[in-house]
Amino acid sequence: MADYAPLKFSVPEPTGRPGDEPDFTGIEIPEAGSARRPEIDAKASSMKELASTMVRVLDDDGNAVGPWADGLDDEELLKGLKNMIRVRIYDERMMTMQRQGKTSFYMKCTGEEAIAIGFQAATRKGDMNFPTYRQQGLLLATDYPMVDMICQILSNSRDPLKGRQLPIMYSSKEHGFFTISGNLGTQFIQAVGWAMASAIKGDTKIASGWIGDGSTAETDFHAALVNASVYKPPIVLNVVNNQWAISSFRGIAGGDDATFAERALGYDIAALRVDGNDYLAVHSASKWAIERARRGFGPTFIEWVTYRVAPHSTSDDPSQYRPKEESEAWPLGDPIERLKTHLINKGVWSEERQTQAESEFNDEVRAATKEAEKYGVMGSGSSPKDMFDDVFKEMPQHLREQRQKLGV
Amino acid sequence: MPQMSMIEAIRDAMDVKLGLDEDVVVYGEDVGYFGGVFRCTHGLQKKHGVSRVFDTPINESGIVGTAIGMAAYGLRPCVEIQFADYIYPAYDQIVSEAARMRYRSNGDFTSPITIRTPCGGGIFGGQTHSQSPEALFTHIAGVKTVIPSNPYDAKGLLISAIEDDDPVIFFEPKRLYNGPFDGHHDRPASNWSKHPLGDVPEGHYTVPIGKASIFSEGNDVTILTYGTMVFVAEAVKAETGIDAEIIDLRSLLPLDIDTIVESVKKTGRCMVLHEATLTSGFGAELSAQVQERCFYHLEAPVVRVAGWDTPYPHAQEWDYFPGPKRVGQELRNMMEAV
Repeated sequence: MADYAPLKFSVPEPTGRPGDEPDFTGIEIPEAGSARRPEIDAKASSMKELASTMVRVLDDDGNAVGPWADGLDDEELLKGLKNMIRVRIYDERMMTMQRQGKTSFYMKCTGEEAIAIGFQAATRKGDMNFPTYRQQGLLLATDYPMVDMICQILSNSRDPLKGRQLPIMYSSKEHGFFTISGNLGTQFIQAVGWAMASAIKGDTKIASGWIGDGSTAETDFHAALVNASVYKPPIVLNVVNNQWAISSFRGIAGGDDATFAERALGYDIAALRVDGNDYLAVHSASKWAIERARRGFGPTFIEWVTYRVAPHSTSDDPSQYRPKEESEAWPLGDPIERLKTHLINKGVWSEERQTQAESEFNDEVRAATKEAEKYGVMGSGSSPKDMFDDVFKEMPQHLREQRQKLGV
Repeated sequence: MPQMSMIEAIRDAMDVKLGLDEDVVVYGEDVGYFGGVFRCTHGLQKKHGVSRVFDTPINESGIVGTAIGMAAYGLRPCVEIQFADYIYPAYDQIVSEAARMRYRSNGDFTSPITIRTPCGGGIFGGQTHSQSPEALFTHIAGVKTVIPSNPYDAKGLLISAIEDDDPVIFFEPKRLYNGPFDGHHDRPASNWSKHPLGDVPEGHYTVPIGKASIFSEGNDVTILTYGTMVFVAEAVKAETGIDAEIIDLRSLLPLDIDTIVESVKKTGRCMVLHEATLTSGFGAELSAQVQERCFYHLEAPVVRVAGWDTPYPHAQEWDYFPGPKRVGQELRNMMEAV
């Protein structure tokens, strides 16, 4: 007989399940400041190691170190901190509204706030984000009215999307926030198309695609990378690696032994792997990639390493599939705490001011919620008539007939 | 008027729109330098530049996905999927994205894209170059489905599709590219140069989406059909001597139900004819609508003639294809029914 042992089928497992001690020893955390910062026109092939290491700026003591520490003045940093606090408080309030039965669904981005807030601070008006459902920070960092966001969540009479979309699937072209899809990954290739259009028209706007670690397994992820590689449009391809896709750890998306950023190398796309809980690193890497795109040096792929502290959604219970203390043990810490420590070290912030800011944002969110609830909760105030509009620009005969049948 | 094949008419439509509207771009597999495997975009890159007409990777979800992104930016992409059989990787982008954009964003974003794709058999293409998947798109809310049968309609409908503010799937019956084909595969092929519908005006004109054409008037039976089968129906009418009214639907969604109902009420009989597989085909929709709206005018059950519910075979192509012999027999049978 042949000397072959029977083959074994392999299904990756995370390092911990409920009841286990959290174990992140497999995630190597390079020292802050150790990653090199290339020129923005660097060839992708000349910066390959940046796909495997991690761009980090804030060290364990909260000091900004290394070549990626740049530029942001105290005012900008304080704005970043405040925006992150605001997102977290907003999330908590919306979660409560779901528990109160005022909306059907919500998704928090707890622990990942730095990524959207830091990135958005580096974009310009006119740029377009193609977000996933966990980038509410991109919209909250603009002047888009919070009341409108809540009205969308409540599907009420002032819902900008007329009750047609699942809560949190906002849309605002004016604020550079592409309509969110529940079909995962589809927006990643659309973002590339938008960026191609910007280049075709000789514009200077850039696009940003967003996707989670789990959805990198979708075909549209590959579509985005191959088209970005071919046409070199002005785009930043963001992968938010928060370790979990509902109950599947990143290994189920093929991200256990190789980093997600390394996938870009085969496409000759510049890649950065960044500490996503380090606001300074996030902003600095975003600025680098956005400038590179806007100057015509092509796409950048960024893997943001973070941890999904929140459940996937209000319909999810992470205690069923991961160690309870895992988020506490996450080695990159909490983005708000880390920036807060940095600003306190710099002498421009304090625990008192932190508490005060939290209280102010609590008031803002409460007031916005109260205002939004006036227009109805849980779908009340939406009209069945709105169901038939906007399927097409002009309503065809068969839809007119169906609407008449419903009697609206 | 110049005489054009369907290929030339389709190319001319894109040429006209590329010339008139700077936001129109044309792309797909082999579409740029080479001009497409069926030559529909031949010369367009040279004339309009590589930024407006270009080649893509073999990546259908990417072709449609990028088109959706471009449309969100403000362009009007007209993309080619090389064969309708290859459209399935793009299905999610069409169904879940392009078709839903206006609705889900309350008009904030729209998808004015045209997806051209050759469909149908008759060229010995086997199961991966012969399918007619139109019913997979008419079932989807938010996308229009168009299928011309001749050069004049092809140019006018394609210009309408490109100008339409909603996504349009534009099926091109590839067996009709070079000439009207009546299903008699064993006879010499004819070409468009001798056919009145090969007379195609130069420049800009439109054929409206959502309007059927009464291809041939008649009094005794209505044949509802589209694409390649229009000319099969015409041949059957001539060969059987049955006074059929042949309606070329041209647009499946929106559907010109008024023209259909008027005709069936006049003739009292209805045959639905398409090349796509029978079960859950678009003929089922047509049959249901005719029954709902014309029941008391019908003198016989609505009859569907379609491709068999098998994959499109290679060697048995002409046994699969609903040709004049099969259609003629079905038509005679239904005329004999009381």
